[in-house]
Amino acid sequence: MTRRLTFNIFRYNPQDPTSVPHTDTYALEEAERMTLYIALTKIREEQDSSLIFDFCCRAGICGACAMVINGRPGLACKTLTKDLPDEITLMPLPVFKLVGDLSVDTGTWFRAMNEKVESWVHSSKKMDPTVQEERMDNALAEEIYELERCVECGCCVAACGTANMRPDFLGATALNRIARFIMDPRDERTEKEYFEIVGTDEGIFGCMGLLACEDVCPKQLPLQDQLGILRRKMGWTAVKQLFGLAK
Amino acid sequence: METIYTDLLSIGAGLAGERVAVEAAMAGFDTICLSIVPPRRSHSSAAQGGMQASLGNCAMGAGDNPDVHFQDTVKGSDWGCDQEVARMFAETAPIAVREMAFWGIPWNRVVPGKSTYYKGGKQFEKVEAKEKEGLITARDFGGTAKWRTCYTSDGTGHTLLYTMDNKAVETGVKVHDRVEAISLIHDGETCMGAVARCMKTGKLRVYLAKATLIATGGYGRIYRETTNAVINDGSGAIIALDTGIVPIGNPEAIQFHPTGIVPTHILVTEGCRGDGGTLLDVNEQRFMHEYEPTKAELASRDVVSRWMTHHIRQGKGVPSPYGYHLWLDIRHLGEQHIKTKLREVEEICNNFLGVDPITQLIPVRPAQHYTMAGVRTNKDGAAYGLKGLFSAGEAACWDMHGFNRLGGNSLAETIVAGRIVGIKLVEFLKGYEVKFNTEAIKDSVEKDKERIERLIGCKDGKENVYAVRNAMQDELMDKVGIFRNGKDLQSAVDNLQVIYERSKKVGLKSNGIGASPELSLAIKIQGMLRLALCVAHGACVRTESRGCHAREDFPERNDRDWLKRTLATWKEGDTLPTLNYEPVTKLMELPPGDRGYGSTKIIS
Repeated sequence: MTRRLTFNIFRYNPQDPTSVPHTDTYALEEAERMTLYIALTKIREEQDSSLIFDFCCRAGICGACAMVINGRPGLACKTLTKDLPDEITLMPLPVFKLVGDLSVDTGTWFRAMNEKVESWVHSSKKMDPTVQEERMDNALAEEIYELERCVECGCCVAACGTANMRPDFLGATALNRIARFIMDPRDERTEKEYFEIVGTDEGIFGCMGLLACEDVCPKQLPLQDQLGILRRKMGWTAVKQLFGLAK
Repeated sequence: METIYTDLLSIGAGLAGERVAVEAAMAGFDTICLSIVPPRRSHSSAAQGGMQASLGNCAMGAGDNPDVHFQDTVKGSDWGCDQEVARMFAETAPIAVREMAFWGIPWNRVVPGKSTYYKGGKQFEKVEAKEKEGLITARDFGGTAKWRTCYTSDGTGHTLLYTMDNKAVETGVKVHDRVEAISLIHDGETCMGAVARCMKTGKLRVYLAKATLIATGGYGRIYRETTNAVINDGSGAIIALDTGIVPIGNPEAIQFHPTGIVPTHILVTEGCRGDGGTLLDVNEQRFMHEYEPTKAELASRDVVSRWMTHHIRQGKGVPSPYGYHLWLDIRHLGEQHIKTKLREVEEICNNFLGVDPITQLIPVRPAQHYTMAGVRTNKDGAAYGLKGLFSAGEAACWDMHGFNRLGGNSLAETIVAGRIVGIKLVEFLKGYEVKFNTEAIKDSVEKDKERIERLIGCKDGKENVYAVRNAMQDELMDKVGIFRNGKDLQSAVDNLQVIYERSKKVGLKSNGIGASPELSLAIKIQGMLRLALCVAHGACVRTESRGCHAREDFPERNDRDWLKRTLATWKEGDTLPTLNYEPVTKLMELPPGDRGYGSTKIIS
């Protein structure tokens, strides 16, 4: 028996002066292996061409389609309808600025985050294209990759208690990024320099430890561990700074 | 009208666009990238498997060098590439890989000692040298003589894109995301920038630039079944074609990938077969070794795609509600290997199919995958026809791929071409000033404003934009696909011309205010049809088989008559593209010969 699914979708187009925030309801026959990408695309193309939402790779790689699915932030493309009840409620991610309906502006937010944490290898060396690359232990490369897997979808930010109350909070994604660079021997930043960025209330000390970030991360990044390690490290740096010992 | 001035305007912020932009920014030029998505969502991220560079560090890559990489690339292209470009590419690839390591890529490294690998379902042993420990390693990919594919687990495109965007942030490259260029501003001789639509507000903007780069990726979404992201609808190729001057090189050169999962056609990486995955038929039996005894599953992807389609036509496909498919089997690689080296594949199967690849078979079939075609440029990346216009990456026909791209050469092209074109573009910017012609700017803006008003007001009709697009996709998929023949191709051309007329009557159902996805598609639907006609007409006229262009009625590669590149332009008011031809290469370092796989019939 195919199910008849009911979609309750948040609607608001901030560019349209006649638009007011409301919910629209759409009905759709479920099909085998249907994901929310298939379902929403069908609704837009067959029922309501004004519906705004974002998909890009539709393969869980790019992070474009994060939304709140029955109360929980997640990637719509990797959500199979068979795992959801007959009634599906979709809302845009909180915290981020609304573009329209289910689409939010993650681009501006993440660019600002990347600028704030200076998300790049800080090196005083000059690249010499004629010489062999510097060696790295493969196990370390894989450890770095493990944290590098963040797709900047915004789920951890949307699910974060602090981020929902305080717009200046860096969020788990930024803290994870810093953890990635601390691990990377190519980045020459000192303990003190990392502390400047994350050793604050806007950084690691603003985290309330609710850990919804890890629960909703579609890439299953080890955020709980990384936030714990970072807090300990930054705590030590704070103590060392008291005694003038931090490097 | 909001008008923004910059030295370099890159349309596209994937790997190629950002690499060029970084080069310009490092040289002190003001640089803006337009991107229809936040830059880190670009389709570059989906290239999981890796990038080719002949470092020769790993045991199975011993003795590799740019000469061997060059030969693999030319053979892979079925001698359709520009050999001067392929040579530059092969020489620069190792430098580009090391540069990316320097910028932060956690490349997988050589681990000394014994380890096992699979090829064609059999287990082999290899020993990595102690003195190579910690250098950048490589894996096997289709169509290469050596293991040459550098990788970071199965997220190579992702790490490259993130590191490149990190570099863009560091060097001050500005990215205007959710902005789509909808026409180029030019006076018939010089490109001066682009008119763009903000996809947050719907407002039009003018970008004026000394140099404009098209780096918008491929146009797979004109096909019904494609591995491409939903954004790959050819907007860059369309605005180039719309100039009436800039040609699309080899529009008919479209590659299909053997392993799109059924039904969504999400790609599972070639790394699966490279690591020893096998293809099975309805009887769960291997078949590739019957067609390709030496390379079997590792033959180049056009060859594998064609044999898969052939095998399905022989009645060996697996029936399903979505049509016939085959199986990809990676079970024998083991849980540990799949959960580490092929983690994204495991995730894709679990999340998008409900299949566990450790214990179950993966349903796959070929889907459109890559456009070797693109904006035709010279070896410096400068587009034919307009001064100040450049192109790089999949969007360009540079042309190192000819009629077939090798796995791992696409990611490599993005950063290698990005580097080479970037350096050339900086040279260009240093010695160049442009006069902005306000009349040309005004004409472009007025034209774009008017066509948007006509679409919103349904001034030309009420054709449904999605219905028109679907009709186009069906024609291409069914008649301009893996196997082609004159009768079907002519029928596709005829039908696409009718659909093209329909596309001129499209009118919106919604009000088109703000982000309007319907308007975004409606703005480019006519351009998509023109592009589709370039593909179908180009394929129809090319009466030979070369690389991925496989004509059932002309199975031979015809070097006597067709060792040439198609150049398609579109004159305003025409219903078909104008096709011209040029020799494939000025320098013939490697004379045409046998690829060693695929069809061997050659007319010389």
